[in-house]
Amino acid sequence: MTAAQLAAAVRSAVPGSVVGHEKGIDMPTLTVKPEKLVEVCTHLRDQQGKNFLSAVSAVDHLGYGENVAGYYGTERGRDLNATGSWGSPATPERPPKRFAVRYHLAHVGSGAPERVRVQVWLDDGQEVPSVVGVWPTADWHEREQYDLMGIVFAGHPNLRRLIMPKDWDGHPLRKDYPIGGEPVQFTDAV
Amino acid sequence: MSTVERPPAAIQPLFTPARIPPGAPSKIDPPPGEDLITVNFGPVHPSTHGVLRLIVTIDGEVVVGLDADIGYVHTGFEKNFEQKTYWKGITYAPRIDYLAFFANELAFVGAVEKLIGLEVPERAQWIRTLFSELNRIHSHLVYLGTSAVEMGAMSVFFYCLRERDYVLDLFEMATGVRMHDRYPQFGGVAEDLPKGFYEECRKFCRMMPRRIDEYLDLLAGNPVWESRYRGIGTITPEAAIAMGLSGPNLRATGVPYDLRRTDPYLAYPEIDFDVVVGERGDAYDRFLCRTKEMYESVRIVEQCLDKMPSGPVMATDRKYVLPPRAELHTSMESLIHHFKLVTEGFRVPPGQVYYPVESARGEFGCYLVSDGGPKPWRAHFRAPSFVSLQVTAMMSVNRYVGDMIVVVGSLDGVMGEADR
Repeated sequence: MTAAQLAAAVRSAVPGSVVGHEKGIDMPTLTVKPEKLVEVCTHLRDQQGKNFLSAVSAVDHLGYGENVAGYYGTERGRDLNATGSWGSPATPERPPKRFAVRYHLAHVGSGAPERVRVQVWLDDGQEVPSVVGVWPTADWHEREQYDLMGIVFAGHPNLRRLIMPKDWDGHPLRKDYPIGGEPVQFTDAV
Repeated sequence: MSTVERPPAAIQPLFTPARIPPGAPSKIDPPPGEDLITVNFGPVHPSTHGVLRLIVTIDGEVVVGLDADIGYVHTGFEKNFEQKTYWKGITYAPRIDYLAFFANELAFVGAVEKLIGLEVPERAQWIRTLFSELNRIHSHLVYLGTSAVEMGAMSVFFYCLRERDYVLDLFEMATGVRMHDRYPQFGGVAEDLPKGFYEECRKFCRMMPRRIDEYLDLLAGNPVWESRYRGIGTITPEAAIAMGLSGPNLRATGVPYDLRRTDPYLAYPEIDFDVVVGERGDAYDRFLCRTKEMYESVRIVEQCLDKMPSGPVMATDRKYVLPPRAELHTSMESLIHHFKLVTEGFRVPPGQVYYPVESARGEFGCYLVSDGGPKPWRAHFRAPSFVSLQVTAMMSVNRYVGDMIVVVGSLDGVMGEADR
């Protein structure tokens, strides 16, 4: 099923849920409104056969695409040695909001996995509904993303830190988390 | 001593989706009771396969509540990837799951290749397939050895590690190191197979099936082994899928889900092998699945040796691939390319990609986001151990403490991968 067909199917089942879709390099990607996420996921699981949640990946886009990250080739190809060519500036699309949470879904059975990615865009502090009720495996996936990225999954039954110590300050995978120079942890234990 | 009546462990009904505890399935709260003791199990305990801490509430000898605590070997791999060029990232990937290291490298390298659209020569695909399977044998041998030593079968541990050494010798021969080899690189593999590798590998393929027979002779019919493993940690296919289990843990329930077959990559479409499935989804079936998978892996290795085409093992795109060493002495362009690739790395077009491979533990996926620069914007790994350890609580509750050890062992979790 192509991204457009899937988006149409989801739109007709859950009106006003899908705000965008793209083909993607690897799998169709649907952009969904956060408040409709659980409905969309339930539809995908029950009607589209996406019974398997592979991964929940949160991405912090703070500063993404603000600078030209580099030059990755010319318009005609990747020949940077062509005379006078500096290649095309690599300017990725600016993200609509700071955080993206991406759910990688698959069909587990005898056939092909037919993977689909569902993404929601979030501002800092904005909550996203938990999908533990749809796929119980989301339990630790969401706790991990809460712990490392600071995404709050509303309705998660046990949203505590999973990987970092429970009194840790900050969320390490955020782009504004300092690297080097941070206070020495565990000094209270000495 | 407790006087609470509990159903005997052996007649516990199968674990069905309806019995997935509401709320957080990875944590089961104990029922209110007076004679309950909460015991801290771990983080360092010989049978936890690493540093896993289980907070167990017991009633006599029966587990009634369990909460798993992970993160003791969290090393911030994903944050590190964001600070390193893609080229340096390959070094980090194998250390995530230190037993199935090759699959991890492969997932990362494959994800980058997919983002770039880099073509990998056919021979390199076959070499990668070969080492994926050798690596699977290596990982399963460590699983079998350690789970046997937990049950007191010391000799099986020694036998398994003896064969594991043979596998590592093969790795050393081709890649120069025994583990964490950095052998698959963007565009192919680092070097072609060395002289004498075919003979050694064939010798291994002749020897290995007999050795697997030996393990099965020692364990499969063994009443002690069977009584400890049969019916422990049973899960139904539906519940296993809902809980995200993959690899041998899922196949033991009878679901023939194997990425090598359903989502073919590398040279797997051209290889003839069987997907080993179990029936009951208990610890015994998981053991049988893994052990019998080694036969299939040997078959795949043999076919790789037979069918591998000759040709280059590295792509020729000099914007991504290091030039051959010999050229550096004669070609200025090669020297410049080499310098640029090593110092600032190459740039990857903006985009996102999820690239799964079938690691020894299940679906190991690498999710990459690129902003067009020389470093990944975000790297995230779907670690099968991380996912499968979630069912520890569901499988262990209402069982004896000793069975909990079997459950953790039979799920084959690698804590380095669970914590990353």
